[in-house]
Amino acid sequence: MNAVPLSIPLAQGMLLAGVLFAFGLIGLLVRRNLIFMLMSVEIMLNAAGLAFIVAGAQWEQADGQIMFLFILTLAAAEVSVGLALVLQLYRHFQTLDADAMSRLWG
Amino acid sequence: MTGAFYLAALVAAVSTGLVITSLNAVHALLYLIVSFLAVAVVFFIFGAPFVAMLEIIIYAGAIMVLFVFVVMMLNLGRRAIEQEAGWLRSRIWIGPSILSATLLGELLYLFGSGILSQAGGITVQAPKQVGVVLLGPYLIGVELASMLLLPGLVGAYHLGRHLNSEDA
Repeated sequence: MNAVPLSIPLAQGMLLAGVLFAFGLIGLLVRRNLIFMLMSVEIMLNAAGLAFIVAGAQWEQADGQIMFLFILTLAAAEVSVGLALVLQLYRHFQTLDADAMSRLWG
Repeated sequence: MTGAFYLAALVAAVSTGLVITSLNAVHALLYLIVSFLAVAVVFFIFGAPFVAMLEIIIYAGAIMVLFVFVVMMLNLGRRAIEQEAGWLRSRIWIGPSILSATLLGELLYLFGSGILSQAGGITVQAPKQVGVVLLGPYLIGVELASMLLLPGLVGAYHLGRHLNSEDA
């Protein structure tokens, strides 16, 4: 079978990554719930990985996928420590409101 | 396949927008899982099947399960029963179901039309090539990632153990 000449332009994939990153940034800035803030960080990390994959496809190199693997590792380590901290903070303050934790009580 | 890309991108954008606007954490998690599945489809279309599988297994699987665990742990008590009853209403899961069904239909179309094997215009980077590069020039990066994961494991264990010992 002959391949249909198809090229999803680099700009389209980068646009999707930018939109997802912007959603994550908006969520991180707007929401005050710690769980939602962690989820927004995950969205942003995923969008950054998407940008690497799109660039790797454009230059036909495997390096973009390698970078995504490292971002994946980073996200896994970050979310495990972050969620453990959320559990501790909930025990201390009985709330997940980030504004309630704006003072360091020692 | 260009249309498949736009459809998956639309699903990803819509579900991500619903993540940051929904009030209930479990609803947001459902939409976030759909968003990761849609991004996995985008990876597949861009010729990265290995990374697409990892996106589903690790992001939509392992990391989201961690979130679900924590949300469930924080919602103990009588409120949990009311919430459980509330989750059974259809309007809660109808949104993620529609978006997931869109992705499923796209998947069936791609398999049925047989254009997966040709992947016109985009060079597929097979898992073998990724592995060769990963354990070749990037070997030091793999070692650094393992050094990152060990403090992550120790840190999560330390914080979690402290919590359990004081509760008991």
